[in-house]
Amino acid sequence: MSERISPAGDPVSDEDGDPGNYHLRLYVAGQTQKSMTALANLKRVCEQHLAGRYEIEVVDLMKNPQLAAGDQILAIPTLVRRLPAPLKRIIGDLSNTEKVLVGLDIRSRDAGTL
Amino acid sequence: MSADPSPHGTLPKARTGISGFDDVTYGGLPAGRPSLVCGAAGCGKTLFATTFLVNGATLFDEPGVFMSFEERAEDLSANVASLGYDLDGLIAAGKIAVDHVRVERSEIEETGEYDLEGLFIRLGFAVDTVKAKRVVLDTIETLFAGLSDAAVLRSELRRLFGWLKDRGLTAVITGERGEGQLTRQGLEEYVSDCVVLLDNRVEDQITTRRLRIVKYRGSAHGTNEYPFLIDEQGISVLPVTSADLTYDVSNDIVSTGIESLDAMFGSGGLYRGSSVLISGSAGTGKTTISGHIIEAACVRDERCLSFVFEEGGEQICRNARSVGLDLQRHVDAGLLRFEAARPTLYGLEMHLARMHRDIEQYRPGLVVIDPISALRGPEVELQATLLRMVDMLKTRGITAVFTSLRTDGAFGQSGDLGLSSLMDVWIKLQDIEANGERSRTLYVIKARGMSHSNQVREFQMSASGLRLVDAYIGPAGVLTGTARVVQEAQEQAASLRRRQEAERRKRDVTRRRLAIERQIAELQAGLEAAEEEETLLLGEDARRETLLESERGDIARRRSAAE
Repeated sequence: MSERISPAGDPVSDEDGDPGNYHLRLYVAGQTQKSMTALANLKRVCEQHLAGRYEIEVVDLMKNPQLAAGDQILAIPTLVRRLPAPLKRIIGDLSNTEKVLVGLDIRSRDAGTL
Repeated sequence: MSADPSPHGTLPKARTGISGFDDVTYGGLPAGRPSLVCGAAGCGKTLFATTFLVNGATLFDEPGVFMSFEERAEDLSANVASLGYDLDGLIAAGKIAVDHVRVERSEIEETGEYDLEGLFIRLGFAVDTVKAKRVVLDTIETLFAGLSDAAVLRSELRRLFGWLKDRGLTAVITGERGEGQLTRQGLEEYVSDCVVLLDNRVEDQITTRRLRIVKYRGSAHGTNEYPFLIDEQGISVLPVTSADLTYDVSNDIVSTGIESLDAMFGSGGLYRGSSVLISGSAGTGKTTISGHIIEAACVRDERCLSFVFEEGGEQICRNARSVGLDLQRHVDAGLLRFEAARPTLYGLEMHLARMHRDIEQYRPGLVVIDPISALRGPEVELQATLLRMVDMLKTRGITAVFTSLRTDGAFGQSGDLGLSSLMDVWIKLQDIEANGERSRTLYVIKARGMSHSNQVREFQMSASGLRLVDAYIGPAGVLTGTARVVQEAQEQAASLRRRQEAERRKRDVTRRRLAIERQIAELQAGLEAAEEEETLLLGEDARRETLLESERGDIARRRSAAE
């Protein structure tokens, strides 16, 4: 089963026109070192740059192998940004924060608009 | 279940169901091991792999998984539909699972360490879903284009092949041909139990596909290049036929369909399974004679397969009607089949492969190749091709009829008597030109295993078929046509004259005899007359004497009385 981590109180709204709401799905395979590292890194980045407007879904492919084909998952761990569109895919344990930000196309609200 | 090859037994193999390939590998691909199929673009690797999978699911009850890295599942289904495979149906039946792994470099950002566990999970899931025993990975080298960390990739690939081996899955990995090595990324390092190389060569504007087993650990295998075909019937490989000359021979005699031609052979016909060469220049009647042989075979309820390179099947049927042969009814009954193809359409190997495939399927008792001289190519290859063709037919005990335009029974320009030495029977047709006309003659040059007539026979074609007549061999040579007719007329006239002459003489003699008999009769009559006279004279004499006596007596009495 997937677990959802969202800041308390925020209702999950997918139809939001607000580009600020990020829906991220992290695919892991069991409780491996890389998977744990990736999850930890992801939570950290989200708290730092997406405070209050993100939602993380963790999919364990060991338990649900049939979900791997749907999102074309090849490498583990893979982070998929489902919202906002377009779909973005990041592989690796997310230790390189720069690349994570570039990959997720995160524009921090506090840093002003680009 | 892992495949554990026992040290003393043979390696267990997974049959591919590809005709010819299983023969060349003595059983198929190694079971439970990965095999590499490599070749340049367009060689047929994907089709080969798909055939392996589909046959496994339909023929050998081994479900399979197709991991495609290049084509989408629906594209794959459409592509193999041209081979007659219903991939969608098999997927729906749960016999085959297709998973398309898309690796798009622009979509992927590498942000740290990763492994390819996702691939393993997907593969494992698919294998478990259909309980697969066969796996195809096509083409795993695309991963190298998508992911930049080659070291990780290579180690994961090694892990993957180990994973496949552990589960005892027979896998076919396809790879693109590289410069100087078998695959671009050097997959042959990891997958080296069996390597099959596909080749698509163009020679003289003709493409020939060839297959070669580069390596096969643990098993004997054919090491030559084998041509193979891909067409709407799937893939078929032409294995080299038996190199030794052992085949069963038959003592049955089959008729040629022409009575007088049968009579020229000591045994009354041809041996079943023999090869017959009918040679002659254009228009001498080779196709007509082979038409008769076909007719005779079909009437015996044997199937005939005719490979024609110059005319279409319908044209041959139409032309045969002019000599009174109805071949169309055999075509309709399914006893006769024409396979027409322009000789330049395929290479020699392909012709051979097609023929092999058609003969395997149709199982004819008679094969006609008309004309064999239409096949073009370097002489060495021609001879090799023909040798294999004759070999293939003899192994199956099929009577073969070849027609050739070359009158010296050779292949190429050098005039070497190659073709005729492969044949058991050689009938030569020759048109003799004399007195402003051409007459058709034939003679039997050789017929192995039986005595045969050495006479040159003239033959005529009419609406009631082909008929041999005796050619006239006169002091000036063979006379045919009108010269023969004239000569025959002269002979008849001469014999008539002789008969009349004899009768006249007989009549003469009879007349003379009669004349002499008449003479004899006359003389006889004369004799009789003379005898009569004689008798008369004698009678008269006697009477005179008697009279004289009586007179004397009378006188004496009177004298004595008068005293």
